[in-house]
Amino acid sequence: MNKYLSTAIALFASVSLTYGQANISPAKPQSQKTVVMGAIIHTGDGKVIDNGYLIFDKGKIIGIGDATVVKLALTDAKIITANGKHIYPGFISPITNLGLLEIESVKATKDDSELGENNAHIRALIAYNTDSKVPATLRSNGILMAQITPAGGTISGSSSVVQLDAWNWEDAAIKKDDAMHMTWPVAPRGRGFGGGGGGRFGAAAGPAVDPNERINAVIAELNKFFTEAKLYTETTPTVTNTRLAAMKGLFNGSQKLFITADGQKEIVGAVNFAKKFGITPVIVGGDDAYLLTDFLKSNNVTVIVKQPHALPNNADDDVNMPYKNVAVLSKAGVNVVISIDGFWQQRNLPFMAGTASAWGMSKEDALKTITLNAAVALGVDKTVGSLAIGKDATFIISAGDALDMVTNKVEQAFIQGRDINLDNLHKQLDKKFSDKYGIK
Amino acid sequence: MKKILLALALVFSTAFLFAQQTYPVNGSYDIRQGLYAFTNANIVVNANQTISNGVLLIKDKIIQSVGTGTAIPKGYVVIDLKGKYIYPSLIDAFTSYGIPEAQRAAAAGGFGGFGGRQSIFTSTKKGAYSWNESIRPETEVRSIFTIDAKKADDLRKAGFGSVNAINRDGIARGTSAAVTLIDGKENDAMLNDQTAANYSFNRGTSSNDYPSSLMGSIALLRQTYLDAAWYKNQKEEYNISLEQFNKQQALPQIFEADGWANILRVDKIAKEFGKTFIIKSTGDEYQRIDAVKATGATLIIPINFPKAFDVEDPTEARNLSLAQLKGWELAPTNPGVLEKAGVKFALTTTGLDAPSAFWASVQQAITAGLTEKQALMSVTEIPAAMLGISDKVGSIEKGKLANFLITSDNIFKAGNIIYENWVQGKRFVVSKMDVTDLRGTYNLNIDGIGSTVLRVTGTAAAPMAAIERLGADSVKTNATFTRSGDWVTITFNLKKNPVGDVRLSGFLTSASPVAFSGDVIVNSIAAGHWSGTFKEAAREMPKRDEPVKAPATLGSLIFPFIAFGTDKLPAQESVLLKNATVWTNEKEGILQNADVLLEGGKIKAVGKNLSAGSAKVIDATGKHITAGIIDEHSHIAGSGGINEGAQSVSSEVRIGDILTSEDVNIYRQLAGGVTTSQILHGSANPIGGQSQLIKLRWGKLPEELKFAGADGFIKFALGENVKQSSSQNNQRFPATRMGVEQTFVDAFSRAKDYEKALSVKGNNVRRDLELDALVEILNNKRFITCHSYVQSEINMLIHVADSLGFKINTFTHILEGYKVADKMKAHGIAASTFSDWWAYKMEVQEAIPYNGKIMHNVGITTAFNSDDAEMARHLNQEAGKSVLYGGVPEEEALKLVTLNPAKMLHIDNKVGSLKVGKDADVVIWSANPLSIYARAEKTYVDGIAYWDMDRDAQVQVAQKAEKARIIQKLLESKNAGARTQRPMGERTPRLYHCESQEDYWAELNQMEGEHNHE
Repeated sequence: MNKYLSTAIALFASVSLTYGQANISPAKPQSQKTVVMGAIIHTGDGKVIDNGYLIFDKGKIIGIGDATVVKLALTDAKIITANGKHIYPGFISPITNLGLLEIESVKATKDDSELGENNAHIRALIAYNTDSKVPATLRSNGILMAQITPAGGTISGSSSVVQLDAWNWEDAAIKKDDAMHMTWPVAPRGRGFGGGGGGRFGAAAGPAVDPNERINAVIAELNKFFTEAKLYTETTPTVTNTRLAAMKGLFNGSQKLFITADGQKEIVGAVNFAKKFGITPVIVGGDDAYLLTDFLKSNNVTVIVKQPHALPNNADDDVNMPYKNVAVLSKAGVNVVISIDGFWQQRNLPFMAGTASAWGMSKEDALKTITLNAAVALGVDKTVGSLAIGKDATFIISAGDALDMVTNKVEQAFIQGRDINLDNLHKQLDKKFSDKYGIK
Repeated sequence: MKKILLALALVFSTAFLFAQQTYPVNGSYDIRQGLYAFTNANIVVNANQTISNGVLLIKDKIIQSVGTGTAIPKGYVVIDLKGKYIYPSLIDAFTSYGIPEAQRAAAAGGFGGFGGRQSIFTSTKKGAYSWNESIRPETEVRSIFTIDAKKADDLRKAGFGSVNAINRDGIARGTSAAVTLIDGKENDAMLNDQTAANYSFNRGTSSNDYPSSLMGSIALLRQTYLDAAWYKNQKEEYNISLEQFNKQQALPQIFEADGWANILRVDKIAKEFGKTFIIKSTGDEYQRIDAVKATGATLIIPINFPKAFDVEDPTEARNLSLAQLKGWELAPTNPGVLEKAGVKFALTTTGLDAPSAFWASVQQAITAGLTEKQALMSVTEIPAAMLGISDKVGSIEKGKLANFLITSDNIFKAGNIIYENWVQGKRFVVSKMDVTDLRGTYNLNIDGIGSTVLRVTGTAAAPMAAIERLGADSVKTNATFTRSGDWVTITFNLKKNPVGDVRLSGFLTSASPVAFSGDVIVNSIAAGHWSGTFKEAAREMPKRDEPVKAPATLGSLIFPFIAFGTDKLPAQESVLLKNATVWTNEKEGILQNADVLLEGGKIKAVGKNLSAGSAKVIDATGKHITAGIIDEHSHIAGSGGINEGAQSVSSEVRIGDILTSEDVNIYRQLAGGVTTSQILHGSANPIGGQSQLIKLRWGKLPEELKFAGADGFIKFALGENVKQSSSQNNQRFPATRMGVEQTFVDAFSRAKDYEKALSVKGNNVRRDLELDALVEILNNKRFITCHSYVQSEINMLIHVADSLGFKINTFTHILEGYKVADKMKAHGIAASTFSDWWAYKMEVQEAIPYNGKIMHNVGITTAFNSDDAEMARHLNQEAGKSVLYGGVPEEEALKLVTLNPAKMLHIDNKVGSLKVGKDADVVIWSANPLSIYARAEKTYVDGIAYWDMDRDAQVQVAQKAEKARIIQKLLESKNAGARTQRPMGERTPRLYHCESQEDYWAELNQMEGEHNHE
């Protein structure tokens, strides 16, 4: 019996004794140097080590490589034997309201969307609920980090990157206020049911005006706001303005700018707008990005694709376009990240990468879109996103290919070297009622 | 003074017109004889007969004689038409002429508080009328009609002399009336005070919530037929609406049903109740002409063909769909296509921006294949016959009304001028007839300017002019030439000698040859005289050598008429799929290196080393073959709303009535391996509507999608949706789970009493479509799929069913099924759930992805369904999640989306596994079908490969080329001066979920209102 197995048994034993989400505690800091041996290590930067080792101590990776060519003297280390199992960097969920919303239809649980059109001063981190029942259901599928992102308004405010095993939002934060989020105004494309969006930022209330005029008014107002914000943060203002002040990070490079834009005109408009202020934006959505790959590449713009499991936008589109989109962009040399709408849905993130692979890219490249590429886009790649010496020991061990639901089986997960509890509400209810019926 | 003049005019225009027998006159009577003789005319008697050099005599309102060489009696005003044409005035069988615009119900925006108002369950109309305001057969146009001078004038100018006036409001709309377009008194205008009984599916301005959907409208109309039949033989109720409804059955029946799909729906009702309808449609009949023809219905069709799209901005042009582009190109062929098919139809101006657009559209239709003869018939004798007014109008014959046109030419020829439109013997001048044609070249002599040449070209009605000064400077310039009677004004500017505007005003001094003289004004200062003499007739401008126009190439029709439709449907194949991993779902399990033989739409053989015989062989080495996926819970392929939530019980509505074949999601789901879907009513109310099982036969007609021979099902629902938790001001019972229980108890108790009453012979029990469906359930002839979430309500319904003696077939969603799995198992109830949804509302806070596994392991027939057009595209992978959450063996996992739903839908004898004799509904996958890496490469339904990844690639290429071709044509059409519209995308078809609540009619009517006000 190897060491890992005994750990697993201990874990199950502890669960069977106690029920209830409240008993799932954040793991204690790493106390002993640990080595994982014999695993297939997917490093997250496109490489695979077929029979590898991974050593981590005090929460950081201190060794990684081919186990067949190295002799390790590890008398002081805890050893996890993971022969034939797969190691992946912890997956990262960008753009999510995880922890900001518990039950979609219950207003009292909704903290993800503030009133108003200009919410530059809004910060998602402080509303992130580490006691939500949802994060534990993501961890058990391999998602260990997320970018908690506010919605609402044309400028929605700042997101933060968190890890999903924490006592409170301060503990959880990996990078506070990593990005400012805004939505580029959209011209309506069709009449009748549904249509344009993009808010009324700066546009006068009252009777409907020509949609293009309205959009131009919103863009003019955004221009004015960004111009004034830049001046505000470069000088010593005499009047305090929290919105203008909140824009500081954008102009000194400490914060990124994420702009939601899907159509051709909107993507070009958004990128050119940001460039005018010396900012390289990240485009979120990017449904039509495949028509603009040269433009995106030459401007070094990352695209966060929304929801590969989506219907095509237009009746005439290739029925499999949403599946292929990631691969098309990636092959054209655009830096791509995959995201999913919502919060509870995030547990399907690895399968979105699997979909991208099924429709035209290698598994390792697909993996990058939910690990290293995401970390780069979020500005946290110095510490997470791939498995390399010096980075956080934030990774999972899966019995099989974690990008496929048939083989994904996360047996152990570590965040910053801490061996985290993979139990969750769903497993507990499963156990409770399986016991009732006397089935497995 | 002004007032007196006006009064005089009034007296003049009315008093001498006709002798209105009952109306007194203030002053002396001024009755004229109205004797006219029209000579030297080409009289188009009807579409088949033209009299050359004819004479038409009329007396007062009536045609006295039509012929040649007629002796003109004394006392007739003779009008020499000099070879001009006489046509019968046109008839429009479908207008709102003279109908007051009804007020729409205030703030109608949804039931159950989705809009800002409370629900209104029954009629607010006072009196002994129908419970539902949209059933208003008591409305009679003859009593609400008023002459509308402005609209009458517009219609007369386009050549119309009489119209059918319809109150286009409601489902049973009452009677219409045919009227002439005179401008006198309503008493004189009436041709037939009851032309037809009118119907539609549109609730109109009714303030009642019901019906909120197309299927609700259909059910209400069917119930009204039944109620009317019952009403004849009962003494319990007095009901003016039903009485009128019955009386009107003797009249012609006109149904406004927009689009070919609705024509087919009307036809079903017609056949069910033995009716014959004249159907007013929208002009898309060419898309399914065979089906339209097969109904045998007479049609009234509009000719409001789509305007060209402005496609100069390619990014905007991308918004246009293939359907829009092809619709623009092919819509003008519609009248011609109907004619060729032998469908009888009338043309209407309804739908056009204005009646003045009528002729341009007719010419478009003629260019696209409509014959002139048919065009004339469709606006004369056909509508006349429809409206029962053939004895009065529609042709130029003795004894008919003097309703005729005088035109310059063949009425269909471009450039033809309608001079006069005589209605009931009264002359309406459209364009002056006896005006000298001033086109030609003239020598002018102008004081201070000298000898110049004036050229007048263009048309007689819209002349254009140019001035040229001969001699030294030889200046040429355009001039404006205006004319009022014999007065002309010519304005031009020669730049120098003199500098400034020159205005010549003058009059005709001689008509033959034409000569003018008058005054010269330069820069508004009088500068002498001018005169002009006729030099020569206007020369036809030599036409530029236009390349001989090839007959316009038109794209082919595609089925369905949207993207990925094809001109030829794929054929049924005999095919041997060789050397694959075959998931049989039978006791053979998963076979390696095995073959599947499809023949005649069935599975012929499954096994190793099968012989192909004459079948086509497809090498499936490395592939996986499974039975087609069956989605137990879907809302695709429906139109006009999938929730009839205005009432708590709506078992009378049927999804089968509102299927649409034109939903791209059918194709998208074939691409995900789906072959059969149960289309369910939504979950807005405890007892929803009847379900419809379909096969995804892409390109076939709606009726052909139906899964033949399958048991009928019905949707029930529990929980938050039916108690309208998301509504702020819900007024509809029930609002709690307690009320939900009593809704079922009440409905089934009524159904039992009803069944008992029906069984007593000689009873005149009112047939009730709602209770009929419940009786079917009680008799195990209809089966329940019940939307459910939490364990308390699941338990409740099991008890209600037990106590009232009905069975629950399936709980759908059933996310807390794992908590009551033992009870479900004991009752033999199946479960169709989601793989991993939760947290989207309160009642799913304890939904777990292990639910399917637990129910399966307890022994319940368990399925995973979509309830979502997107998820249905990868149900195979949703099944794969049961491996992740609970370790269900792969073979069993696949059954969650194939054999198990087949069992719960009672179709496992036909589909769901690869067994000899079952339907050839088969999918070829690129990999393990449960895996995220699996792609459906081919999907067969009945042995027909409706989805084929390779063919799809070709279709996409062809589709791009077709769009490019039409866009090029649009560019050319814009360059040629066609009016264009902004390329807005189509209204995206609504994606329905269980919870999709809408008021289809309110939204549609509001949108059309907005469109009309654009």
